[in-house]
Amino acid sequence: MISLILRDIRLGVRAGGGMLIGILFFLAVIAVVPFGVGPDLNLLARIGPAILWIGALLASLLGLDRLFQADREDGSLDILILQNHEHPLALTVFAKCIAHWLTTGLPLVIVSPALGLLMNMEPAGILATTATLLAGTPAITFIGATGAALAVALPRGGLLVSVLVLPFVIPVLIFGVMAAYGAVENPAPFTQPFLLMCALTLFFAVLGPLAAGAALKASSD
Amino acid sequence: MKLVVTDLGADRGSGPIFEAITFALRDGEGLLVTGPNGAGKSTLVRAIAGLLRPSSGTAVLEETNEWPDVPSASHYLGPINAMKPALSVFENLSFWQSFCGRPALDVDAALDRIGLAHTRDLPFSYLSTGQRRRVSIAKLLVSHRPVWLLDEPTSGLDAASELHFAELVREHMEGGGIVVAATHLPIRVDGMKRLEFSGAVAA
Repeated sequence: MISLILRDIRLGVRAGGGMLIGILFFLAVIAVVPFGVGPDLNLLARIGPAILWIGALLASLLGLDRLFQADREDGSLDILILQNHEHPLALTVFAKCIAHWLTTGLPLVIVSPALGLLMNMEPAGILATTATLLAGTPAITFIGATGAALAVALPRGGLLVSVLVLPFVIPVLIFGVMAAYGAVENPAPFTQPFLLMCALTLFFAVLGPLAAGAALKASSD
Repeated sequence: MKLVVTDLGADRGSGPIFEAITFALRDGEGLLVTGPNGAGKSTLVRAIAGLLRPSSGTAVLEETNEWPDVPSASHYLGPINAMKPALSVFENLSFWQSFCGRPALDVDAALDRIGLAHTRDLPFSYLSTGQRRRVSIAKLLVSHRPVWLLDEPTSGLDAASELHFAELVREHMEGGGIVVAATHLPIRVDGMKRLEFSGAVAA
């Protein structure tokens, strides 16, 4: 299991892993927003958390379809499925999700404070948004794994995966943005939406790999 | 241990590909599945490996307590090599060794065995087609599995490597292993049973 995580991290970090692509896409989305909405600093600060979240969401959807497709193309997926007795497929998927998040999700979280500065956000808002991204982006990966597993046999399944996954990540987005606003706007709460989002992440950490494992097993026919 | 295949049939939605395949292999026995392209050899191997749900029949292991089912006891050498081009040969093989468990030969020893010790630290993508196939064959040696399910194992190999591979298969059978190999180029191993698929099925 550990060896699978290490292998996927190594693959993600080396050329062609898509780690940098996600960060660049995130940067591009955040950088064009001020041009679109105009130089109103107060407005930018107010919509900052939402824009950061939407940018991070789109950037993490970007590489999701490759989660299993690369393994399918080179035949590794068959061998991974065959080891079902030694490593249950749901655990294998969980390990792949962890590695995928560490190489694509975590870098987004790390650069988000710098991008928050571009949105004229105050320090408390930046901190809260980064915290919600840290706790919320794993859920996107776990939900996305199910979509990626369903579309694994399709040659150009990228967009389909995003469309399949989006409705399920909307609750995570809502609570994430709500918590980030809660940190800066006084009457709004921070703790409750943050804890609800954490609960969603934990829930999908179990359900996502189970569903993806079942989908992968069915797809090998 | 005994690999028993009973009344196995497969169907890919356009009519049966094969039906009522029945055989049993004991320790040290091998089966060579031959036939023209499109006859269903690969489908048979995938069905035995449990990668494809058969439309009828079963493939089970009998007289063993160590292995609960066929997939857990099997190495599947598919038509694609299951190696990552961006990783080195050594990294690829040691990953499969630690993931599959039950280490048999050391990775370096396995590379020595297939005569590719000098490629140890090269990225897998630098190798030629035949060398890639040989690294994939080395995967069979690094972890222990009693059943080898081979799908066109010798494709891309030159004559010398083919003979060498036949020797590996013979050794595995002498050590009590079971081999099922689907191939249109017969592997030169004496004493293997034969299953001939006659013609291509209409798609």
